[in-house]
Amino acid sequence: MKQSLKNLNVKDIFINYNTYFIFVLLLIISGILSEHFFTAMNLTNIALQQAAPILVAIGMLFVILTRGIDLSVGSVMAVGATVSTTLIAELEMNYILATIIAVLVGTIFGIFTGILVAYIGIQGFVASLATMTIARGVAFVLTSGTPVKVDNGTLNNIVSRDNFFPIIIMTVAIILLFALVQRYTGWGRTIIAVGSNPTAVQLAGIKTKQFVLSAYALSGSLAALAGVFVAARSSTGSATVGNMAELDAIAACVIGGASLLGGKGFVIRAVIGALVLGLIGNVMNLLSVPSYPQDIIKGFIIIAAVILQIVTSKREKTV
Amino acid sequence: MSADYIIKMSNISKNFGGVKALINVPFEVKRGEIHALIGENGAGKSTLMKILAGAYQKNEGEVVIDGYEAPRTTTPKSMIKMGVSVIYQEFMLAPDLTVAENIYIDSMVEGGVFINWKSLKKKAKEQLERLGFGHIKPDAVVGELSIANQQIVEIAKCLARDSKILVFDEPTAVLTFSETEKLLSIIRQLKSEGVTIIYISHRLEELFEISDRITVLKDGKYVDTVITNEITKDALVSMMVGRELEQLFPERNAEIGEEVLIVDKLHAGEVVKEVSFSVKKGEVLGFSGLIGAGRTETMRAIFGADKIDSGKVVYFGENVRFKSPKEAIENGLGLVPEDRKQQGLLLEQSIRMNTTLAAMKKIKRFDIINHKREKKYAKELLESIRTKYGHIDHEANSLSGGNQQKIVLAKWLAADCKVMILDEPTRGVDVGAKTEIYKVINRLAESGVAVIVIASEMSEIIGLCDRAVVMRMGKVAGEVNKENLTEDNLIKLAMGV
Repeated sequence: MKQSLKNLNVKDIFINYNTYFIFVLLLIISGILSEHFFTAMNLTNIALQQAAPILVAIGMLFVILTRGIDLSVGSVMAVGATVSTTLIAELEMNYILATIIAVLVGTIFGIFTGILVAYIGIQGFVASLATMTIARGVAFVLTSGTPVKVDNGTLNNIVSRDNFFPIIIMTVAIILLFALVQRYTGWGRTIIAVGSNPTAVQLAGIKTKQFVLSAYALSGSLAALAGVFVAARSSTGSATVGNMAELDAIAACVIGGASLLGGKGFVIRAVIGALVLGLIGNVMNLLSVPSYPQDIIKGFIIIAAVILQIVTSKREKTV
Repeated sequence: MSADYIIKMSNISKNFGGVKALINVPFEVKRGEIHALIGENGAGKSTLMKILAGAYQKNEGEVVIDGYEAPRTTTPKSMIKMGVSVIYQEFMLAPDLTVAENIYIDSMVEGGVFINWKSLKKKAKEQLERLGFGHIKPDAVVGELSIANQQIVEIAKCLARDSKILVFDEPTAVLTFSETEKLLSIIRQLKSEGVTIIYISHRLEELFEISDRITVLKDGKYVDTVITNEITKDALVSMMVGRELEQLFPERNAEIGEEVLIVDKLHAGEVVKEVSFSVKKGEVLGFSGLIGAGRTETMRAIFGADKIDSGKVVYFGENVRFKSPKEAIENGLGLVPEDRKQQGLLLEQSIRMNTTLAAMKKIKRFDIINHKREKKYAKELLESIRTKYGHIDHEANSLSGGNQQKIVLAKWLAADCKVMILDEPTRGVDVGAKTEIYKVINRLAESGVAVIVIASEMSEIIGLCDRAVVMRMGKVAGEVNKENLTEDNLIKLAMGV
């Protein structure tokens, strides 16, 4: 049966771009609720703060696209934060090199989870649950439970205004890179295909396991980098960094319209999803809502955003 | 003659978004008859039946069952109460529950909180015995039964609800011929017990064998209702397609060359026990046999999807044993799997992505996909096999079965295979689309590809193939060449008589 292309009416536009509408709506509401919202300082703050959650959400998205889930990202962030700061504090290592090593360690954690999922056949939820515990433990062992302080002039270079906020530039670059990777590379295409129907992809002559593994590896490396970002902002590497960050990342993907059943989701929208979560927190801070009620409100806003997703994307299928 | 109509549907219209799936369709069924409903894929049969079953809401029209008008909004439950049950192609069974639990799934705890297991099993056994399948144990797990037996459980479930009207949606698509015969006799028995049957099938032979009257739909419109005894097959087909059908099996001018794939004493898994055959360049080799004879498993092993235990595979003169589908495809061996929804398509992805999945190499460089080239390539390919689609970026889901199958074929055409295995390429596909698929197969053979076709419909083996291998219980029961290709010979080998 043919579907006509021409009936792209207002409703369809809304359905196709609902994540963006939610975002814009939230921006407007934020602007109305607080006069401090649209100030350069506040917006910069949001960007600095959301850089880490955005990276984690992008990694999570690729894992979710393969029908998986990566619960270890929060703990891997802690590994990233503690490894980089320990290297700088103990070995006086150059902060760029320390960051690269931290990312590599994060990648190894990702590969570890990926092997468990793709080659051993453990479900992503369970495998990454184990990695989550292991990584958090590693971060605590590494720091003996005390946060590692690093001197000014090292890691905080990547958050400094004088250097034009490198982490914001890096985050924007990473967003663009992976948005393009998803749309224009065989890898991005195959990740979606694998999540959509692994059997069909395998029968089409594609080795699905490598792709599943690579998604977890990517998630691990981006999580570790996110951990370094967090450490840089406070010049401290704590083993408690990234607590519950996995849930925010999953929520970001879902608000961005990704399906936990795999095969559906977009980088830019997951990023918007992460920003939506960040905005909610920011506005409530500006309005001085205390932190515990914030969580309650945030939970309901997530539900509302996802319901909107479901309602707007539900269309009766033709036979 | 004052007929007693148990179903009176009138002026039924149904739209999906802008698409009109049904336009003012009337449908009337007499009490106690077997009424066949036919039409090409996308003609609206399933939609009409889903409205009858309460799964879809009609936009216009009315449904009267046994004198009572159905409410404006219906649910499957409310229609079951009115006596209508549907046996869908994909069974609605819970595979992990037992036979008895499945049969009484909607009334297990009726009249109390606890399940009376003893009476449940007893009642289930009675239902199965009524169908002549007393050997199916009420406490067997449904997922472990054969497809045919699962279907029996599904029928028993509907009978347990005291359904007056049973709708069968392509019940024989998944059955072998002996199972089909059995099912048809059950349907006749149900008729004699006063149950009204609506029967949807693409297999005309069956309709002529079993039905009293036939209603034809085309493009969402009602064409006519005829008495089965008063019409010929040809007339029926031209009603369905709205034109004189060109030859079902088009001519082929392929030059048969040397042997390109030789399989010798292949053993694989528990099903494949000693299979030997060969196929030549430009040849179309049929694989016939009962479901479960090991045809699919043989091909999967050769293709590298399953492990080979022993035996020799000679491919273009070389001893090979493909370890993965990837290796097979790189060497020019393709396999179109039997279940397009489970194994062939990415249903919720674009038509374009599905088409180029096995040949991404052609449209990318350094892993960067050239979208422009991809679109052009996919469009040309789909056009060459006359695929009908709205837009190349629409979901594969949006197409009818026949066109979905063409997408799968296009995917394999793109892979430029030298040997192509097609497992049940026309299952669930309407007559018009079948011919188109045969043309694609012919084109492959004419271009020098060796083609292996697994088919359960014997007419397909006979009409399409140069030669046929018949399998029985994991072994090759025999080979039949073109001159001796008759249903008789194939059945004898398949059944071992």
